[in-house]
Amino acid sequence: MSDKVKVTIDGILVNVPADFTVLQAAQLAGVDIPTLCYHPDLRNSGNCRVCIVEIEGMPTFQPSCAFKVWDGIKVKTNTAELRKARKMIVELIASRHNTDCLRCDSNMNCELQKLTDKMNLKEIRFEIQPDFEHPMDHSNIVQRDPSKCVNCGRCIRMCNEIQTVNALEWAGRGYEKMAMTTMEKPLAETACISCGQCINVCPVGALTERDDTEKAWAFIDDPEVHTVVQTAPAIRAGIGEACGLEKGYLSAPKMFAAIKKLGFDKAMDTNFTADLTILEEGTEFLGRVTRAIKDGATDVAFPMFTSCSPGWINFIETYYPEFLPNLSTCKSPQQMFGPLAKTYYAEKAGIDPSKIRVVSIMPCTAKKFECDRPEMNASGHKDVDIVLTTREFAKMIKTANIDFATLPEIKPDDPMGISTGAADIFANTGGVMEAALRTVYEIITGDALPALLNFTPVRGLVGIKEADITIEKTAPGFEWLKGVTVKVAVVNSTGNARKLLDAIKAGEKSYHFVEVMCCPGGCIGGGGQAKPTSWAIKAKRAASIYREDESRELRKSHESPAVAQIYKDFLEKPNSHKAHHLLHTHYFSKAHLIK
Amino acid sequence: MKYNTKILSTENVLLKNIGIIDPLKIEEYVAKGGYKSLAKALKMDRKEIIDTVSDSGLRGRGGANFPTGRKWLFTYNAKADQKYLICNADEGEPGTIKDRILMEGDPQQLIEGMIIAAYAIGASKGFIYVRGEYRESIKTLRTAIAQAVEKGYLGNKILGSDFSFDLSVAEGGGAYVCGEETALIDSIEGKRGEPRLKPPYPPVEGLFQKPTIVNNVETLVNIPHILEKGAEWFRNIGASCSPGTKLFMLSGDINEPGIVETPLNISFTEVIEKFGKGVKDGEIKFAQIGGSSGNIFTPDMLGKVWTYERCCEFKVSYGTGSIFVCNDSRNVVDHILTVAEFFEHESCGKCTPCREGTHRVREILEKFAYGEGTVSDLELLKDLCLVMKKSPICGLGQACINPVLDAIEHYKSEILAN
Repeated sequence: MSDKVKVTIDGILVNVPADFTVLQAAQLAGVDIPTLCYHPDLRNSGNCRVCIVEIEGMPTFQPSCAFKVWDGIKVKTNTAELRKARKMIVELIASRHNTDCLRCDSNMNCELQKLTDKMNLKEIRFEIQPDFEHPMDHSNIVQRDPSKCVNCGRCIRMCNEIQTVNALEWAGRGYEKMAMTTMEKPLAETACISCGQCINVCPVGALTERDDTEKAWAFIDDPEVHTVVQTAPAIRAGIGEACGLEKGYLSAPKMFAAIKKLGFDKAMDTNFTADLTILEEGTEFLGRVTRAIKDGATDVAFPMFTSCSPGWINFIETYYPEFLPNLSTCKSPQQMFGPLAKTYYAEKAGIDPSKIRVVSIMPCTAKKFECDRPEMNASGHKDVDIVLTTREFAKMIKTANIDFATLPEIKPDDPMGISTGAADIFANTGGVMEAALRTVYEIITGDALPALLNFTPVRGLVGIKEADITIEKTAPGFEWLKGVTVKVAVVNSTGNARKLLDAIKAGEKSYHFVEVMCCPGGCIGGGGQAKPTSWAIKAKRAASIYREDESRELRKSHESPAVAQIYKDFLEKPNSHKAHHLLHTHYFSKAHLIK
Repeated sequence: MKYNTKILSTENVLLKNIGIIDPLKIEEYVAKGGYKSLAKALKMDRKEIIDTVSDSGLRGRGGANFPTGRKWLFTYNAKADQKYLICNADEGEPGTIKDRILMEGDPQQLIEGMIIAAYAIGASKGFIYVRGEYRESIKTLRTAIAQAVEKGYLGNKILGSDFSFDLSVAEGGGAYVCGEETALIDSIEGKRGEPRLKPPYPPVEGLFQKPTIVNNVETLVNIPHILEKGAEWFRNIGASCSPGTKLFMLSGDINEPGIVETPLNISFTEVIEKFGKGVKDGEIKFAQIGGSSGNIFTPDMLGKVWTYERCCEFKVSYGTGSIFVCNDSRNVVDHILTVAEFFEHESCGKCTPCREGTHRVREILEKFAYGEGTVSDLELLKDLCLVMKKSPICGLGQACINPVLDAIEHYKSEILAN
């Protein structure tokens, strides 16, 4: 809405768009209103009542996060009555919270701590009654401590409304109303896809990921073990922020230095296998297109879906198993790296693969689930031993007394460290598609992708993006593709994936190739990234990633010398028998979880 | 009819057919002049009906006292492809039984009122949301609706007009909070019955996001009478600023419990003495008026006539019209503790001040009931109640502390003496 209205907040007059909430108007007026259940990325539910304000003419207080302005509205945020009410409300919330702050994952990064500080809360006059009745739930990657829950409902709104996973719900009534798992089952028995988005929005430490840092330290401290670390593309734009630097702080070289300084033996890069994924997935896609268009086969599953995002895999296996043939058989870059580290690298370096431990640093909690899948042992060992989130990586850096900002800048280790800009952009929604198009388009047409390399139709943080690419010129051998329009789509968040899948099912939409990333915004918004997070913060991380890509000499996966090397020395060619054994996988229906 | 509530008044409008006609025979209602108003209304302009209701001065009888005509006008003016009319019959208020009697004793009166209301606001679909425990009301209404459809009062092209109205019964799930209109709407939609944030208000955005009028049973049964006898007739009943009759229910320490229909020009003491035959086993100590969140009236207050305007002035309400009488053997702490226990159980838990507050109010009152309460406990209780008055989402949280605050005001020394 372009109409502006006049709003007075604590005597400050501001002109704001007519569809603004009081909270938005206050932010514009420079008035800070404390909040708890409010999150900029979620529907405003107005239930915690921490952000209440006084609206002239209204007998009761209103939640500024959800209350819309009108022309001439007069708002007070700081009266004696309001201060008293707000403090009482925070006191009531605190009285139900397990204030075991010293041992809490969110210590020093907790919205309730900030609120009690702000309210100058010196005593809690009610008996402290956290929910110790419901047990801690450690059944899954995402773990719950009900005693710390403050009933803000942000996790439920995220899980049900954005991700449409429905693993969390409200249970009970009144004083016994609790944010719970569906039917109060252990999370592992719900439809939870381990995306970790609930953790990202939890204001306290009630939701966390399984902590694997002690295992990582044990690998480091074991002289018999050779540790190889891989870092996901999104980490280079996330770890600085998790270490307290500015949002979107970008530094791959410091990231590698941190890994070495922690004591890991090798700092390699998932970016290497991201490039490799493009070759494998691009070849698979061309194979499907050839069979369908050139050979006229009618049993080819289109669209082909990307398979890099393990939360997405969990989602489709649970909710849309009928689409499993559409998934690319390519493992995610993390799971391609694992077996190659224990075969290719082990051979090259002459190390017994049973002594190698592959540690992933991922922006993702579902990656922990993925590496634990029983089929992920193509190397004859567990391919990836443990996964650490960006947050856990930052905790280790903190524990080791490392100042991230002053670390030296180093290069990743060979032979799986070199990568291209195409791998960097895997971090952003649309990145895998753009990287694939850069390579596939060039193979088919012999020309570089138009719009230079920055293929803008698939960029940006929009939920569902579509693009049509008509093949006008073909390289030798691809003449049969002349005039064909390839339809692609890019989706982020499983909620948007659900919309797209339903549209495909209903016959309203059809595509050849669809990129799906489970988390809103892609891996830069992953469930393992720094807290707090929001679309505004994700936009900064995404911009850093595109900057990194543009700074590269090599920006197409097929130009990576490391990829050329591995095909020459080890894998023969994309989709070879060996490549299939090590780099491809299969999927299972998990539909029983929602029965 | 399965209830055994006595009708104590004799000059009745809304209760006139109760106990006289067979509620399961529509013919008997028609023979008493029923459905004449509907025939009249269908010949009127929709806006004319709303004006008549506005002119009558009828206010909502569910407890909020909002002018009915004004409410209807919002929905009448709203542009939408679908509008709804809902009758709020989720009568969960302790000591309140008027809606049940009206539904089980004279269901066609309600149905006629609803058809007229639906016609006026332009709703083609209606629900009667009946408290789940009211099995007999649900059964009676379903039979009555079927009979009205059969006779052409409900359904397609009612009485040969262009107006069609589909009416059905929705059963409540047992939550007190579903008497709050937005929680009721969510419940019909199949969601957890929890109040919505307002605005938007239901007349503009209600059931399935469409303009929706939610009226109490007692409000709607007034409509056929206003249409039949005119706005002026209604305006002349009782106090000029609070016209019409109101149903009051006497319970507690009273010699003759029952239901009374009376104009609002009478004091509660008079109601207690004239219809309830006085206080049982002692002198009056106080009465709680209007249900469990109603105000506590001292004998002095009970002696006054409480028109709507007077209620506004003194910031009290007669709510649903229940009069719960307590004699001088009662301890005020015991009474408000019972009320607090009720609200702790019935809070939906959506917002912090109500979810946590109702629990803490009960805890503190329990201390006083066990003789452990201190002056600082009472201060905390009062602070908490004052926060709860203004901060929760809905009327349940905002009003449930009324009796506690009243008790602190009028019986502070007695509470501390506990």
